[in-house]
Amino acid sequence: MNVSAYNFAYLDEQTKRMIRRAILKGLAIPGYQVPFASREMPMPYGWGTGGVQVSAAVLVPEDTFKVIDQGADDTTNAVSIRRFFEKTAGVAVTEDTARASVIQTRHRIPEMPLRADQILVYQVPIPEPLRFLEPSEVETRKMHSLEEYGLMHVKLYEDISQHGAIATAYAYPVKVEGRYVMDPSPIPKFDNPKLTMDAIQLFGAGREQRIYALPPHTRVVSLDFEDFPFEASKADHACDLCGAGDSYLDELIVDDAGGRLFMCSDTDYCTTRRAAGHVGAQGVPVKEDVA
Amino acid sequence: MYVAVKGGERAIDNAHAWLAEERRGDSEVAELSVAQIREQLKLAVNRVMAEGSLFDPDLAALAIKQARGDMIEAIFLIRAYRTTLPRFGASHPIATGAMRCDRRVSATFKDAPGGQLLGPTFDYTHRLLDFKLAAEGDVPAAPEKPADPARTPHIMGFLDRENLIQTEEAGAETPPDLTREPLELPAERPLRLQSLTRGDEGFILGMAYSTQRGYARNHAFVAELRIGTVAVEMDIPELGFAIEIGEIEVTECETVNQFKGSRTEPPQFTRGYGLVFGMSERKAISMALVDRALRWKELGEDNLGAPAQDEEFVLSHADNIQATGFLEHIKLPHYVDFQSELELIRKLRRAVSDTIREAAE
Repeated sequence: MNVSAYNFAYLDEQTKRMIRRAILKGLAIPGYQVPFASREMPMPYGWGTGGVQVSAAVLVPEDTFKVIDQGADDTTNAVSIRRFFEKTAGVAVTEDTARASVIQTRHRIPEMPLRADQILVYQVPIPEPLRFLEPSEVETRKMHSLEEYGLMHVKLYEDISQHGAIATAYAYPVKVEGRYVMDPSPIPKFDNPKLTMDAIQLFGAGREQRIYALPPHTRVVSLDFEDFPFEASKADHACDLCGAGDSYLDELIVDDAGGRLFMCSDTDYCTTRRAAGHVGAQGVPVKEDVA
Repeated sequence: MYVAVKGGERAIDNAHAWLAEERRGDSEVAELSVAQIREQLKLAVNRVMAEGSLFDPDLAALAIKQARGDMIEAIFLIRAYRTTLPRFGASHPIATGAMRCDRRVSATFKDAPGGQLLGPTFDYTHRLLDFKLAAEGDVPAAPEKPADPARTPHIMGFLDRENLIQTEEAGAETPPDLTREPLELPAERPLRLQSLTRGDEGFILGMAYSTQRGYARNHAFVAELRIGTVAVEMDIPELGFAIEIGEIEVTECETVNQFKGSRTEPPQFTRGYGLVFGMSERKAISMALVDRALRWKELGEDNLGAPAQDEEFVLSHADNIQATGFLEHIKLPHYVDFQSELELIRKLRRAVSDTIREAAE
C-alpha cells in the first residue's frame, strides 16, 4: 500500500470531522444510536469497520494504540487492524493495556480497570438491541424514541418462564442512565458490570452506520427482574496458566480425549500476571515458556 | 502443557504470499494484462464499475485481475478506493435523450423515431459453446455503416404527450447522496435508485423476478432500453459555464407498467426506471422493475406484503459489499461468545436434568 497517498489514519479530514460530530452527539446522548455516513473501508464490513472509523477519528499522532479481538492481541483480525493503523497513522502500538491511550476491541472489555485518559473503542456488528425482536429499523427507532421497551422485557420474561433463566449469554442488553436500552456489543455478560468506568467508551457499527457512546461514569444497568437479578457469569475455574480467579476464561480442547484447559481470554492480563510470578495449575513460570 | 496459539502475524504474511502466487497461476501460462481484461471481459468490467460506483474501466479491470475474477471482491476493491477520492463537485445530470446509442430497443412500439437498433447483443445467439474460440483466431470485422444522424428521442415521451403515462414530479435540485449521508428510512426515490444501481445484480434480479412471478406483480413492458455513450458536463466556476469533461457508457431502461388506477390516481401507465454504468442490461431492467414495485405507496397501491415492495428490506440487503462482509465475518473467532453460550447451555441442561431426576424419584 502506498501510504503517503493517504491522509493520517487513512480517512480524509472531512470524513473524520463528520465522524467526530457523531461521536460528540453520542456522548451527549449516552446510549442513543447516532446515524453516520459510514465509509467503505479497505477491510470488509463486519470485520470492525465501525471501530476502525471511530479509531481513525479519535487517534492523534501521540497516541499509543492497542487492538484486541476476543481479549487477545494476537488474533488475526486484531493483528490486521493494528497493522493498518501502524501503516496509515504511524502511531505507537502496544499490547500493554496500561500503556495504551486508545484501545479498539471486539467482544471483550479488558480485565484491568481503564483510566480517565483512555478511550475504549468497540466494534459493533448489530447496534440495535431490539433487532431480533423487531427486524424493521423504522419500528425500532420509533420504539426507542417512545421509550417503548416492553417487548424486551417480555422476551426476558419468556426466557425465564421457559428456561428458568435469562438465556442471553453475550450482547446482554443494558439500560443507560435510565433512558436508552443499548446493545453493549457481543461482550460476554461477565463484562457488563465493567461498562460503568472511568474511560470514554465509543461504539462503532460501520455496516449499520451507527455510532453510540458512554461518557465516563455513565450509569449502565443490565436488564433484569427483582426476583431474577442479573448475574455476571464465567467458567467456574481459575486460569490454568496464571491462576487468576477473577478473569474471563477461554476453554481450549487440548487433546484427542477432549481434555480441557482454561486460560484468560485477556492475553495481556494473563501475561502480566505470569510475569509477576503467578502460576496456574497447568502453567509454568514465564521464562521456560519463551521457546 | 499447552501454549496458546501465537503467530498471527506470520500466518497472515504467509497466507498473503501464497495468495499472490495462486493469483498468478501457472507461470508457464502468459500473464493477463489489465488491457486484455478491459477489452475482452468488458461486461465483467462494467459490472464492477456499476456496483463499485466508479466509472473507470482500467481500474475495474485491475480490480478483477487482483481479485482473481471474484467479482464481489473486485467491486469491494473499487469501493474502498472510491471512498478515498476527493469530491471536486457534481456534474450536470446526463442527457440520456442525446445518447449516442449502440443499442436501442422498444418492446412497446414496432418502430419509433430513431428506429430499433439491436447492437452487440447476446439476444438471438444460440447458446452453443464455440469451440473455435478455444483455438483463438481473429474475428472478421462486422459490417459497418455511417451512424444515423437522426435523433433518438425517449419513447416514453410519446406516451407523455397523450397524458397516458403518469407525470413525474420534479425532484429536489440536489438529490441526497447515499455515499455521503447515512441511509435513513423511509427513503426518497432518488436514494432508492442510488441504492438499486449499485446493488448486487443477482439480488436485484431475484427481487425483480419475484414481482414477475406474482409477489407484487406490476406487469412491466420494456418501453425502451438504450445503451450508449453520453457526455458528462460540469460547471467550472472559473469559466462560468459548463464544459464536457468526458463520456461514459450507460444502460438506461424505462418500463411502462399497467395501472388500473387507485384511490388517488386515475387509470394510466406508470413507470419504472433503471440506469446503470456500462452495458449492464439485465441489471437495468431488473432495477426498473424493482423501482416500480417500491413505488406502491406514492401511487396509492395496496401493500401486498411482497418482499420487492418492502423498501427497508430491499435497500438494507441489496449491497453485496455489506452483505458479504457481514456474512463472512462469522469466520472470525467468536470463542468468547461461544464460551458464554457453552456455560449457559450447560447451566440450562443441569437445571433440566435436575428436574427430570426429581420427577423420576
